[in-house]
Amino acid sequence: MNLRDNFQARIDRDEKIEPKDWMPDDYRKTLIRQISQHAHSEIVGMLPEGNWITRAPSLRRKAALLAKVQDEAGHGLYLYSAAETLGVDRATMLDDLHTGKAKYSSIFNYPTPTWADMGAIGWLVDGAAIMNQVPLCRTSYGPYARAMVRVCKEESFHQRQGFEILLTLCRGSEEQKAMAQDSLNRWWWPSLMMFGPNDADSKHTAQSMAWKIKRFTNDELRQKFVDATVPQAEILGLTIPDPDLKWNEEKGGYDFGEIDWTEFWNVVKGNGPCNRERLKARVDAHEKGAWVREAAMAYAEKRKKKQQQKVA
Amino acid sequence: MANPASLVKYVLYLGDNNLILSQRLGEWCGHGPVLEQDIAMTNIALDLLGQSRMYCQYAAELSGSNKTEDDIAFLRKEQEYNNLLLVEQPNGDWGQTLVRQFLFDSWHYYLLHALVDSKDQNLSDIAQKSIKEVTYHLKYSSEWMIRLGDGTDESHKRMQNALNELWRFSEEPLIMADYEKDLVESGIAVDISTIRESVQKKRQDIIREATLSIPEDEFMQTGGKEGKHTEHMGYILTEMQYMQRVYPGQEW
Ligand SMILES: [Fe+2]
Ligand SMILES: [Fe+2]
Repeated sequence: MNLRDNFQARIDRDEKIEPKDWMPDDYRKTLIRQISQHAHSEIVGMLPEGNWITRAPSLRRKAALLAKVQDEAGHGLYLYSAAETLGVDRATMLDDLHTGKAKYSSIFNYPTPTWADMGAIGWLVDGAAIMNQVPLCRTSYGPYARAMVRVCKEESFHQRQGFEILLTLCRGSEEQKAMAQDSLNRWWWPSLMMFGPNDADSKHTAQSMAWKIKRFTNDELRQKFVDATVPQAEILGLTIPDPDLKWNEEKGGYDFGEIDWTEFWNVVKGNGPCNRERLKARVDAHEKGAWVREAAMAYAEKRKKKQQQKVA
Repeated sequence: MANPASLVKYVLYLGDNNLILSQRLGEWCGHGPVLEQDIAMTNIALDLLGQSRMYCQYAAELSGSNKTEDDIAFLRKEQEYNNLLLVEQPNGDWGQTLVRQFLFDSWHYYLLHALVDSKDQNLSDIAQKSIKEVTYHLKYSSEWMIRLGDGTDESHKRMQNALNELWRFSEEPLIMADYEKDLVESGIAVDISTIRESVQKKRQDIIREATLSIPEDEFMQTGGKEGKHTEHMGYILTEMQYMQRVYPGQEW
């Protein structure tokens, strides 16, 4: 058996692939692309919510939001580390993000004009992320799967927390309820877009499924998300902004309207409402932090020399 | 007997320092120079916010009305906040944020160690709960003072500039306000004269190890403890109080 067949046989037996194992170049490349994109999404994802830390309406919410955004930073950290096991370093990945070569989840290119968006993001965006990520806990590459186990635990906490923010608004004043509905109106369709293009148009899906990097197709995951989320919207008393949404007894799931793919591709291409702001914020942070990183390295170097002199 | 109003002012003073500093540190979240330090700084912001909630809850209790921690934190006017001028200063670059943090921690740490012995049980408890966190804060900011002070030429210059900029706010925590003096007699507030030397020595030691120098003949600014703030304060409150002011009296 050649290396490639042997590799596929291991995948088929559901064995985990570890960093030192032989793997096809395109498997490695696919993983680097996917994991780094995922890591970038975590840290760019800090921005729309980070917006509201200084304006959170209560001390309890401020603390929860700070902790949540910090969790996302932690997710970024695990994922960059997982990607590094494939032989790419964090600095290179960050450069790719900053030059626009690497992508991040388009959802974070939408703005957060109201407090209700902190609820909607937790509920829908973290909710959609969970749908995508729970199967990744069983993905074929070991370090990625293990990182996802930690991430998923926190994401489901975020999802409940977001739902609870909205529940509080929906049980509050008319003004608060309207704020929640407006937020759902803005986040619903972009959340469905988080699952990516329809299966027929998804160029990576087939190979990723064969390698068990992916376990479900985009459309399968999207359907699961809609089915899980509609009853939650009913509990909130909010209306999902889709006139075509309807229970389909036969398939045991909801039918829903067509996604605006023009908008989807437009945002992917960089024309979303906040693409420039998000990328600029990341680039600024990186550039303004350069002197700190350099100084920390220079100091560590000095310390090492002093230690060596002591030993000598 | 100390004047009850003095205790309220002192509790607000301690709580507002943490509240406003955590508000400032929260501005960094997502924008730090490197992911690990972004997380570390957010940790400090979270600790300080948690501590400030304990003081705000105590202040609400002392108010004798139905006030909540949020009423205390969000619904006062600028002159009713007693925080140090130091903590309301802008973040500046990462170096300025760290110098501000170090000047704060180097006082906060010794203050809490003494506040544990307060005759006021609530204050003693809060101090006890906060010491472990603040010990870490001081360690963190001291290490970074040294690392950046003694890093590259550029980092050294930035840190010295930050120190020159902020030193004028370093003395305020060591000068007692009338309400502190009033409470010292009854053993509630910390007598600053008992910790002054430790604070000064810690600052001198770390600044020296960081190869930086303390600016000489700096005029010391005060007023925050008595509600007289710099121009920055109004903007901080505008942002912090936004939701509570626009949507009064609602649950969040
Ligand atoms: Fe995350
Ligand atoms: Fe999350």
